Amino acid sequence: MPIQFQFEPIFAESDRIIDGVLLTLGLSFGAIVLGLVLAVLLVAAKSLLGRWVGLLVDAYVELMRNTPFLVQLFMLFFGLPLIGIRLPGTEAALLAMTLNLGAYATEIIRAGVDSIHRSQLEAGLSLAMTKRQVFQHVVLMPALARVWPALSSQFVLMLLASSICSFIAVPELSGTAAIIEQNTFRSFETYIVVTIIYLALALTLKVALNWLGRAVFPRVSSVDRLDARAEAA
Amino acid sequence: MTTFGWPEALFLLRAAGWTLLLTAIAFLIGSLIGGVFAIMRLSRIKLLRRIAATYILVIQSIPVLMVLFMSYYGLSLFGVELPPFLAASASLAIYVSAYLAEIWRGSIESVPFQQWEASASLAHSPAQTYRYVILPQAIRISLPPTVGFLVQLVKNTSIVSVVGFVELARAGQLVNNATFDSFRVFGLVALIYFAICFPLSRLSRHLEKVMNASRPH
Repeated sequence: MPIQFQFEPIFAESDRIIDGVLLTLGLSFGAIVLGLVLAVLLVAAKSLLGRWVGLLVDAYVELMRNTPFLVQLFMLFFGLPLIGIRLPGTEAALLAMTLNLGAYATEIIRAGVDSIHRSQLEAGLSLAMTKRQVFQHVVLMPALARVWPALSSQFVLMLLASSICSFIAVPELSGTAAIIEQNTFRSFETYIVVTIIYLALALTLKVALNWLGRAVFPRVSSVDRLDARAEAA
Repeated sequence: MTTFGWPEALFLLRAAGWTLLLTAIAFLIGSLIGGVFAIMRLSRIKLLRRIAATYILVIQSIPVLMVLFMSYYGLSLFGVELPPFLAASASLAIYVSAYLAEIWRGSIESVPFQQWEASASLAHSPAQTYRYVILPQAIRISLPPTVGFLVQLVKNTSIVSVVGFVELARAGQLVNNATFDSFRVFGLVALIYFAICFPLSRLSRHLEKVMNASRPH
């Protein structure tokens, strides 16, 4: 029996698919922005505050990096209600993604900060910059510029990992796919369409982040970029 | 309603065995396919390079979950009804192959090109060059990132629970559904994953130092 593909029932649900794409993008952008802020705060805390804070940050980073995102998601979604915090699926997903990405970004940015030479700090201080100014202009921004390629790939990985949020029935793209599959019984066609959408989203995000990096950190030479890429690999 | 006790904890530990087995099989099959793609990616023939590059780019740009669904439903379309364990291993192997191909391509490329020339001047065939000159050096370079990737693989085995295979994450869900003791259940599940992944992470970092593959600052 020849296999017949029927894509019409899938395209009939395009409104649903668009909603799913928007939620996937919303969750990813939210997690990227919040995760980046969290990571910068943690790196700042680690380098400016005492040793105990540093150890706490390390513990958090290692804990998140060495357990599956799925289990972190379950912990927040099923575990938090037990202590009286009931989060709806989408909020739990955003929180889990932020905490997960925050840990990875902390590790990446820390590597960038470590690559800033001491003499740069001394130069900054000798120019009568305050400690905060040195951290912002001499340490943080050059560090971010250096590790931007590694951060970008982590952001793309987070976009892909957002599909796991369908496990707690968040109606993002892959959650939508599950619904469409139930409505149409065309499993393979559904997942072909959704996979192509993910592919397009991931490639677009990759290009956009590359462009953003060039726009935000224009003064980084291409040599530095190559260096950072080699270190990230 | 049952409470969370020793039988449940042992059930989780046994399921962790399946997670490890799944990891091992996916890694073995994935590294065979990945090795082929790594060498194709560096081939002198443009078409082979293109095919390998496209394969790597596509697999790395779609969620593992989609690889899983595609191979599960794709094969059943052809009348092949795979048991969950095989479907899970196959799709994880595909995922592994794309990442290992890219890691190993980088490792092979970071062997200085003079080594290729030296080997050619000794009249080695391409196969001999790979076997005796390039791979022994490339493997050293590739070890830390490969072990690091193993951590990602262990964690990603958790999503195969969606096709009904009972590994650690799925076992956690089952126990949670029976006991509603989510903190302790998923806490223990997380702890088991951590006990597997953390030593691997440390090993990767240690190898990086020992192999001296990291760039000096």
